[in-house]
Amino acid sequence: MSGVASERLGLSARAAEAAGGLPHLIAEAAKAAAAVHHGYRGRRRQGAGDEFWQLRAARDGDHFRQIDWRRSARSEAPFVRETERKAAGTVLFWVDRSASMAFRSGERRAKADRARVIALALSMLLSRADELFGLVNGTAPPGTGPARVERLAAELAPAEDGEYGVPPRAAGSRNAIVCLSDFLGPWNAIEDSVEFASGAGAAGVLLQILDPAEEAFPFRGRTEFRSMNGTLRFETLAAKSLKAGYAAELEKRKAAVAALARDAGWLSTVHGTGRPASPALLWLHEALSRKR
Amino acid sequence: MEFGLIAFASPIALLGLLALPFLWLLLRAVPPPATKRLFPPVILMLGLRDSEATTSTSPLWLRILRIAAVAAAVLGLARPELAPQGAVGADSANPILVLVDGGWADAPDWDDRAAKAAGILDDAARRQRPALLASLAAEMPEDGEFRDAAAWTATLDELRPLPWEADFEGAARWIRANLPSAFETHWISDGLHSDAKLELANLLARRGPLAVYESGSPALALRRPELEGGIASLKVSRQHLSGELAVAVDAFGPDPAGVERRLDTAEAVFADGERNAAAEIGLPREMLNRATRFEIRGADSAGSVVLAAGGVSARKVAIIDDGGFAEGSELLSPGHFLRRALEPDAELVGTASAADLLANPDAVILADSVPNSDADAAALLDWVESGGLLIRFAGPRLAAAAGGADDPLLPVRLRSGGRSLGGALSWESPKGLAPFAEDSPFFGLAVPGEVLVRYQVLAEPGPDLERRAIAELEDGTPLATSKPVGDGRVVLFHVSAETEWSNLPISGLFADMLERLLIAAAAGPAPLPPHADQLVWTPERQLTAFGEVVPSDTGKPVDGSVLAEGRAGPDLPPGVYRSGSYRAAVPAVPEDRELRPASWPDGTAVAGFDAQGALPLAGILLALALLLFSADVLATLRLGGHALRLGAAAGAFAAAAILPSAGDADDAFALASTRETVLAYMRTGDPETDLVSEAGLRGLSAKLAERTSVEPGPPVPVNPESDELAFFPLVYWPVTPAQPDLSEEAYEKINAFLANGGMILFDTKDADVGGFRFGTANSDALAKLGARLNLPALQTLSRGHVLSRSYYLLADYPGRHTGEVWVADPGAQDEGAPSWKLAAVNDGVTPVVVGGNDWASAWAAEADGSRMFPVGWGSAGERQRETAFRFGINLVMHALTGNYKSDQLHIDAILERLGS
Repeated sequence: MSGVASERLGLSARAAEAAGGLPHLIAEAAKAAAAVHHGYRGRRRQGAGDEFWQLRAARDGDHFRQIDWRRSARSEAPFVRETERKAAGTVLFWVDRSASMAFRSGERRAKADRARVIALALSMLLSRADELFGLVNGTAPPGTGPARVERLAAELAPAEDGEYGVPPRAAGSRNAIVCLSDFLGPWNAIEDSVEFASGAGAAGVLLQILDPAEEAFPFRGRTEFRSMNGTLRFETLAAKSLKAGYAAELEKRKAAVAALARDAGWLSTVHGTGRPASPALLWLHEALSRKR
Repeated sequence: MEFGLIAFASPIALLGLLALPFLWLLLRAVPPPATKRLFPPVILMLGLRDSEATTSTSPLWLRILRIAAVAAAVLGLARPELAPQGAVGADSANPILVLVDGGWADAPDWDDRAAKAAGILDDAARRQRPALLASLAAEMPEDGEFRDAAAWTATLDELRPLPWEADFEGAARWIRANLPSAFETHWISDGLHSDAKLELANLLARRGPLAVYESGSPALALRRPELEGGIASLKVSRQHLSGELAVAVDAFGPDPAGVERRLDTAEAVFADGERNAAAEIGLPREMLNRATRFEIRGADSAGSVVLAAGGVSARKVAIIDDGGFAEGSELLSPGHFLRRALEPDAELVGTASAADLLANPDAVILADSVPNSDADAAALLDWVESGGLLIRFAGPRLAAAAGGADDPLLPVRLRSGGRSLGGALSWESPKGLAPFAEDSPFFGLAVPGEVLVRYQVLAEPGPDLERRAIAELEDGTPLATSKPVGDGRVVLFHVSAETEWSNLPISGLFADMLERLLIAAAAGPAPLPPHADQLVWTPERQLTAFGEVVPSDTGKPVDGSVLAEGRAGPDLPPGVYRSGSYRAAVPAVPEDRELRPASWPDGTAVAGFDAQGALPLAGILLALALLLFSADVLATLRLGGHALRLGAAAGAFAAAAILPSAGDADDAFALASTRETVLAYMRTGDPETDLVSEAGLRGLSAKLAERTSVEPGPPVPVNPESDELAFFPLVYWPVTPAQPDLSEEAYEKINAFLANGGMILFDTKDADVGGFRFGTANSDALAKLGARLNLPALQTLSRGHVLSRSYYLLADYPGRHTGEVWVADPGAQDEGAPSWKLAAVNDGVTPVVVGGNDWASAWAAEADGSRMFPVGWGSAGERQRETAFRFGINLVMHALTGNYKSDQLHIDAILERLGS
């Protein structure tokens, strides 16, 4: 398994380097993907596919071409050979790359980088399971395979304008939408997009990525806070005294994200950049597996 | 400007204090700047309210801090001084005259005097009173102009004491002529009394207030030595009579080798109330005459030094040679060479006969002449016995006259005839001189090799001869002999005074030898000639006020009349003067100058030097300002929200304080591991394995102590991550899957241990069932470890290996199991591991022993000595356990002794040869 991953890594890294992309992100993503041990298995139920699933006694309505004659000849009753269902689901990523995602504290990676890593790692896992994936607002149609992973990496590379990110309105009943963002943007717009997507029947997950400094608020003294592009400012004489109020606001926003996901029938969680990417990746992977 | 005890040197800077109120307002208006931070969730904060009052002014304490800092800086720049000296009153505007005596008595504490003068001038400057600084011993300034007191600093810096006493009468004349009628006088005096000084003080007291400052150190003066017998008596005078006092007087002069050094020391002791005391220096006369300088030790002034004119100056020497004898050529006359040798330094008197004794010379030289008559001889003898020096030279006449009875005017009896060295009829070659003996007056003179003696008169051998010889030839025959006669002395040169017998008279040594003899000739310094006041004297050496002797800087000739007066002054600096062959020493303190404490006019304020100078406060205030500003910076940072890492710094301090104890723990470990030989086992993290390892090594250690001279201490667990391995000869390492991953440093440490003579016994405890190829979990773990270790190529432990005979002879190496054991292959080619030059590096000791026989379990002993695990069955099992112990002992022996037993491998062959 790790052999596959490292092979991918090599390919992706070379391609990404040629494209002037983000090889270190891809490497990190490959490492995270390798940590999700069991990979992306089948649907675990009968359906259209190539893999053998089970033999069962033929029932009324089974087409004679479904009968496994070789097996049936060894017994009295006819047997039907069923294959495992292989659904060509599509996973669409929305990776917030707005200015606010570029924030980082201390030696940590920026939130956007973490979002890219998670998206790429997940795409590698999907690619391993021959699932389709792409960007919600991407330039290329969804696809699968290592080449598509690299394409995704290239698509993820540029940052976006705008202070805070808002997911685009996208639909598709067969799609699962993975939203990676800090969800700090204008709430109504976020709500609107998610409701639109879930209304159209799409499944989805919301992963709220926050920097530890954003959660801990380790500031004191006279401070002027600015948004990343400088459009918003807030000045205080004693930042420490704001901590409680800020924590309450942040909790409110986290609760709003959770409620939004619940209402849409989606899943959501909070991921801090202070922790490694793999737990979040594992959670995403499980969430996607369970949803369909 | 003054305020009570505080005075300001630059009061104008105080104007800066006026700015403080404005600064207060300004600071109030400008709060410290905010820290700017990028923070995306600011969007969430927009609705929040600051709980603290949103004043936009800086806090009060910060403003006070800053104002205090600025105020301290301003005050500091105004150069405040605490308790300025009150010497110069502020009540008068009269000019100030600052006088220093500036004579020799000022020298010992000149720095204090200069500092005192500087203090008074500073005071005057602070009060804006003009001043005039004058040294009484030096030339007075041309004009009597009082100037800004600060302008005198440079003059004061250049002022030095002079080695004579001030001319107070001249100073009084100058003051009358040049100074105004009213001024204030500050006189820094040496405290010596003279009438002229008192008169001057009276004059000054009439012109205005007179303040006198005297130092506590009394002046001492040394007088010329007076010779009596062989003792030089030096009188020391002192200024204050009270108390007992002992001073040491040193005599300095060239030693026989010509190096200036202290020749002798004597002590002068004053009884209470005594003005004078004498130091008596008893030296051999020639030593005494060699002294150039007498000095009171530690007194550092010109008054404490007396110069001796020194040398043979003006010794009167009578040379008696029979002028008629050498009428042919002057160069054949013995007297010629003597005269040339003596002329520079001695006064030569008549040459005719002993009648010249009437001139009372210091020395008489008889150059190959014998007294004409008995009367002459008797007169000479009388003269010698009364202290004269008679120097005789041999020659044809003396040689002819020799051989008779004992001549009192010869130091030895001479044999008739002479001895010819070299020449046509002699076997011998001309002889050189032997180095002078230590008790010879010539000791220290270099003997030039070219001085050769061709002919000499010989002394009759006698018991006295050796004692009397003061110079010898190479063969030990005397060149010069000497004998005391009465108070005087007779010296005989056994060669002639001209060049026929030897070339001594034309060598430089000749003059030196004569000088040495003449130094001892006269008693005491030569008196001045009666016509001294008609001569012109040139200064040779001179005294500084501090008592140092320096070459004369002026070289200005001095009239004899001035010299005769003997009063040192600007016209006659003390020192040594010379006129022709005469020398004269002029002392700094005239002989008749009596030292007495000064008396001053009534109403004169006499003070010491110890009045406290002003204490400048500027530095303190500026430092305070700096501190306050630093505090302000910290406070501003803190207000601005910059997290001060004070806590972290404190933590670092605490850590630094704790660190030594960690070091102590390391030391304790090192001590425990090296105090005796100990076996070590690798801590695996699995408690059971560690327990077995510990028990196994304890069992093995007990067996070692029982059977061998190795007596190991209790086994030590080691952790390659944290512990030093180098202390242990053998480390037992049970390898289990629980083996934790090691850090890079730990691997490096283990590799270094192996490369430098350490040994590790790896035990997989799996009976080697996998043979390393088809791994058990344990051997997998070992493979993982081994991949990172710098291991040599391995081979199975064969019978030939030294491990099989380093103590016991062994055929197999069981533990609880019996499997293959692997050791380093010394024959293997090095492959990428050049450090394994086994034979060279480790004395052929294998760095690793690898096996799976679970030795620790076989060795393991309970605390009571009973076995922990069974081995095999019955007695065969016990046999196996015994072999396991033997293997362990062999292993330790191999680790400790290297290949010491490897020659045992050849024992079979050796025995076979012995047997045949």
